[in-house]
Amino acid sequence: MIYLDYSANTPVAPEVLERFLQVERAFMGNPNSSHSAGLAAQAEMAKVTEKMAQLLGVSPGEIIYTSGASEANNLAIKGIARSARHVGRHIISTPLEHSSVSGCLTALQEQGYEIDLVDIERDGTVNLNELKDLLRKDTILVAICGVDSELGCIQPISEISEILKEYPNCCLHVDATQAVGKTNISFSGIDTMCFTGHKFYGLNGCGVLLKRKNLIIEPLIHGGTSTTIYRSGTPALALAAATQTALEMALKEQSHRYEVVQDLHRKLRKELESYPNVRLNSPKNGVPHILNLSVQGVKGTVFQRSLDEQGVCVSVKSACSAEGQPSRAVLAVSQDRKNALSSWRLSLSHLTTEEEIQEFLRAFDRCYTMLTGR
Amino acid sequence: MRENKSALIAMSGGVDSSMAAYFMLKNGYHCEGTTMRLYRNEDIGRCGFRTCCSQRDIDDASEVAFQLDMPYEVLDFTMDFRQQIMEKFIRIYEDGGTPNPCIDCNRYMKFDKLLKFAQKKNLNYVVTGHYARIERDAETGRYLLKKALDDTKDQSYALYTMTQNQLAHTLFPLGGLRKKEVRELAERLHFVNARKHDSQDICFVPHGDYTKFMEEYTGRRYPSGDFLDEKGTIIGRHTGAVRYTIGQRKGLGLNMGEAVYVCEKSMKDNTVTVGPESALYTKNLIAEDMNWISFETLKKPKEFQAKTRYRQSEQKATVFPLTNGQVRVAFHIPQRAITPGQALVLYDGDMVVGGGTIVTAFT
Repeated sequence: MIYLDYSANTPVAPEVLERFLQVERAFMGNPNSSHSAGLAAQAEMAKVTEKMAQLLGVSPGEIIYTSGASEANNLAIKGIARSARHVGRHIISTPLEHSSVSGCLTALQEQGYEIDLVDIERDGTVNLNELKDLLRKDTILVAICGVDSELGCIQPISEISEILKEYPNCCLHVDATQAVGKTNISFSGIDTMCFTGHKFYGLNGCGVLLKRKNLIIEPLIHGGTSTTIYRSGTPALALAAATQTALEMALKEQSHRYEVVQDLHRKLRKELESYPNVRLNSPKNGVPHILNLSVQGVKGTVFQRSLDEQGVCVSVKSACSAEGQPSRAVLAVSQDRKNALSSWRLSLSHLTTEEEIQEFLRAFDRCYTMLTGR
Repeated sequence: MRENKSALIAMSGGVDSSMAAYFMLKNGYHCEGTTMRLYRNEDIGRCGFRTCCSQRDIDDASEVAFQLDMPYEVLDFTMDFRQQIMEKFIRIYEDGGTPNPCIDCNRYMKFDKLLKFAQKKNLNYVVTGHYARIERDAETGRYLLKKALDDTKDQSYALYTMTQNQLAHTLFPLGGLRKKEVRELAERLHFVNARKHDSQDICFVPHGDYTKFMEEYTGRRYPSGDFLDEKGTIIGRHTGAVRYTIGQRKGLGLNMGEAVYVCEKSMKDNTVTVGPESALYTKNLIAEDMNWISFETLKKPKEFQAKTRYRQSEQKATVFPLTNGQVRVAFHIPQRAITPGQALVLYDGDMVVGGGTIVTAFT
């Protein structure tokens, strides 16, 4: 099997799994309990969180653990929208967002919030002038991904943050799920930002929301103070520790991993470009981890299934968000419905080998010939 | 005013609605395709991880839309389908009738909710792959519903609830074609569903075991009870009155020396009465909730051809209007197993005059 879907999930690093087991075995207490077993777990939780904060350049009190990035996106967006409902009900986002962001916005829209999606340029970055035009006094939130999951476009977050300085009522939420460990994204100038470890060789089931100090949001999950008042529930100490280890490794090895992936990306791009019916949708200035392409005239789901039969795992836009409709992200950069319906995504890792790339290209060639009749 | 040549194609994922889309595009209409998601696996008591058969239909429909280069989207009607179709289906069975959910789905989903959606999108027509024809009476100005030219595929029976407004905004491009030609053309066009077989069962009861569906949906168990003969004598045990339908012979598990049939059910007493085939025959029925198509309403008794089930040849009958939208239908010869809950549809030649729901039958 050739796995080229690392933006969906990565295999856990042995060190991360080891850390999980070690912490899980060592601490039996609930960090919320006041006896010695609980206090020991609480102390470890504090240590893990402190270390994580250090790695991210934030203060420990700004870290909220969740069950994953989806929950973190929900908590930030709904939390801000609800607590700011008396200030305004206007929210700006982009067509590139993950369904856990766009889904929240649809839900809020049904509750009377007004949602605007800012246009994006052909290179996938948001149109900053249009953003300025859309901003209003009652805009309470701009929600944008640092790197989008479909195309891998990198957004100019610091420029956006700069623009928002003139709008003190407006928060900036950044979904950094595809950015952490791949780009040098920093929390400065941002109000809330989320990520999850399973995108960088951590474990599934743990997400992190960074929330700027003094920002009040309404929690989604009520039930007493845990590590924070913003998210109740027994803290998942071992998962948090595993996430911290994964983050530490990802940041330490970031430039090395990046170079390996970039090299593979270049080779792939060069080979795929030579097919007349292939259109590469990912912009050249995006992250190298993601390469989105369309084979003209062949539906993305059909090409994906065909590659799967050849033992290659790639992904098409999840059918869950807006069924049957073309990928909004690819539609936005290509302005071509049929092209968007033909799109699918390769995502690479530093673990991907040259041999795998070669084998993928052979499988691709077979599918291409079979499905386009060329 | 120029005609608004735009249509919303209701695509089930089957070959007929796919071909309907093809013909509309060929005739120069601006078309958009849609599939109504009517239920999810969890709704019909299946595990959510399994591929839903409705998902496969959605995949097929979106594939055809892609091939035809037509915008396509899936509409989530699952909440309405639960309330208006599934729950009514259960209610009618529990009341002792035999429901026809496909007629309700046409009535409440396709030609109501979907038509409203089309109008919201400024699309003038809803198009389906039904085998039936719509014509306009030049004299009265009324829209008429007619049988398909291919009478082996005629589906007009299931469309009798259509109102004038719905008929004015609906097109059936396959009404004048034969199924065989439709399939052949679909194959020539390489449609993925060219050879897909026609749907048979009720879509949300895939294996026909409707009692199991009902038990899973409601969490109720339908208790066993007594089989009675015509004199009211207990002659055996049945496994729940909802499981039996009028006229049923197979699966009764009674050894009476001669063939017996379900003639009557009492849901109140949970009894099922069986008798000889001759006991199934009645000459009269009452139907309610009548919808008239070829005229505004029936004012005096009139003779029509009538059908009390989909697969039945038409029978001569005189129809008497009653108060509050009901009619009495007197057949010229006795009819076998007229079943409450099923549809009465009246024909005049190849034209659907109107129809309603059967309430009761009597001799």
